[in-house]
Amino acid sequence: MLRLLGLLALLALALVLALSVGARPVTPAVALEALRAYDPTNPDHVTLMAIRLPRLAAGLIAGGALGVAGTIMQVMTRNPLADPGLLGVNSGAAFALLIGATVLGAPDAASVALLTFPGAAMASALVFILGGGLRGDVGPVRLTLAGAALNALLLSLVTAIVLIRQDTLDMFRFWVAGSLTQAASRPLLEMALIAGAGGVFALAVAPQIEALSLGAALSRGLGTKPRRVQAAALVVVTLCTGAAVAVAGPIAFLGLMVPPLARLVAGHALRRELLASALLGAALLLFADTLGRVVMPPAEVRAGIMTALIGGPVFLWVARRLRPGATA
Amino acid sequence: MTLDMHTGLRDRPHGGLTAERLSLGYAERPVISELSLDLPRGAMTAILGPNGCGKSTLLRAMARLLAPSAGRVLLDGEDIHRRDTRALARELAILPQSPIAPEGITVADLVKRGRTPWRGLFTPWRGEDATACAEALAAVQMTEFAERPLGELSGGQRQRAWIALVLAQAAPLLLLDEPTTYLDLVHQIDVLALLRRRNREAGLTVVSVLHDLNLAARFSDRLVLLGRDGLIATGTPWEVLTPANLQTAFGLAARVDPDPVTGTPMIIPL
Repeated sequence: MLRLLGLLALLALALVLALSVGARPVTPAVALEALRAYDPTNPDHVTLMAIRLPRLAAGLIAGGALGVAGTIMQVMTRNPLADPGLLGVNSGAAFALLIGATVLGAPDAASVALLTFPGAAMASALVFILGGGLRGDVGPVRLTLAGAALNALLLSLVTAIVLIRQDTLDMFRFWVAGSLTQAASRPLLEMALIAGAGGVFALAVAPQIEALSLGAALSRGLGTKPRRVQAAALVVVTLCTGAAVAVAGPIAFLGLMVPPLARLVAGHALRRELLASALLGAALLLFADTLGRVVMPPAEVRAGIMTALIGGPVFLWVARRLRPGATA
Repeated sequence: MTLDMHTGLRDRPHGGLTAERLSLGYAERPVISELSLDLPRGAMTAILGPNGCGKSTLLRAMARLLAPSAGRVLLDGEDIHRRDTRALARELAILPQSPIAPEGITVADLVKRGRTPWRGLFTPWRGEDATACAEALAAVQMTEFAERPLGELSGGQRQRAWIALVLAQAAPLLLLDEPTTYLDLVHQIDVLALLRRRNREAGLTVVSVLHDLNLAARFSDRLVLLGRDGLIATGTPWEVLTPANLQTAFGLAARVDPDPVTGTPMIIPL
């Protein structure tokens, strides 16, 4: 309980900083005032409502969703280095975006989301099927291999398209780092609903996912149907990651680094871990975004680059803590 | 019929788990063929036999982890493959041979997962779940280790934690696949004594695949002896562990004398 309050305090701090810090600093008092009585002639208020608030909402959605998706991925695959990107979600989104751009011409910010969400969903469904999902025989290893194969294939196609077309390259370069700057033109409400549905679904099936992580035999003895549980987990990861990609582009490392930190706070109890992951993911992405505004003024470092800068060391820390064979 | 909310144990002396002309494995290479077997409620039963005779396969099929190629497994007269798997999990628990523990999990968090069949999609963790886990930990004398990571415990303690998980499942029938393998003698006795205590005190029906014939004879009410060609004998330890049966099952020439301490059959290989 105390730890949960700690996480909430951390998120509150992230929210305040995300609203106040930037090229035009706004004090928390002014921020509150803008929320209570918005004055369209006050430039501080305009900055806040038109730029920082959507950005903050996008950070909450993408960060929380990636935290949830990462935790589900790592528990399902029993792989502490598994990332939602493993299911091909990011490369699927990138591929769909480029196909769309090639066929329809460079998309505007709003239609980016319309292309990336289905791309992400189709890629993860394909990985599930390639991993043996239709035969009801999805092992963690099989899933990981199928994901790695599809990722490699899609990314090589993406590279091929990008190298051929200069205009696509420019658009892609802008998108692929992942950022919250386009937040205002993204379908925030829709994606919040999708990510929220994924989160609620995750909480509902959490006990069965926990059972499945004890191995197929014991989990069946505990009354679960492994194939259904795996399909449910896939739906969660797809909804959450798809929403995150649609809102913010591919955000590196967040889905990877949040789960072990959430576990430190929550222990091995999946419903608590999911709540902690959502709070931590949102807070970390907002911190990364805010930090990106101040490290190289007047330029901004994109949130996806900041999370990679922070996430790299965390990844190493997790990898060093692993003790192979210490599972029995 | 009464149902105790904490343990889920039903006051139902009759019925039990039955195999009816059960065939397992592939048609061209059956592991078990046309085996019929009764495992009555309330007993402590051990399944014995040489390596590769299909003991574990039989146990897994009796727990609906394997679909039979022919025949049926009945629980109180009902085909277990036709029953809702979650409802069945409240009646029948199985501890397979090598379950997987998530890295770093504590004993308490592991045992909680035994409550899976009692938890719904949106039901929170309830008082009776906590009670069942606490009772299971107490039954295996692991209460003081509840907050310890499983990976830091000894082999015997780990096995007791896994047994606590299936006890928390609160099914009146418990199947265990080689629960004493990889344990030293003291911990083997420890595990079997603990299972018999649950059998005697809580009426738990226990069916386990075991290797050690003398320990099986000592702790079981009934034995099931399998050979490479199927069922050889079932009955009390004295009925099953005869020199002739041992010769058929294992090709072992042995004398069988009363154990000087317990009076149960003791096998002395010749």
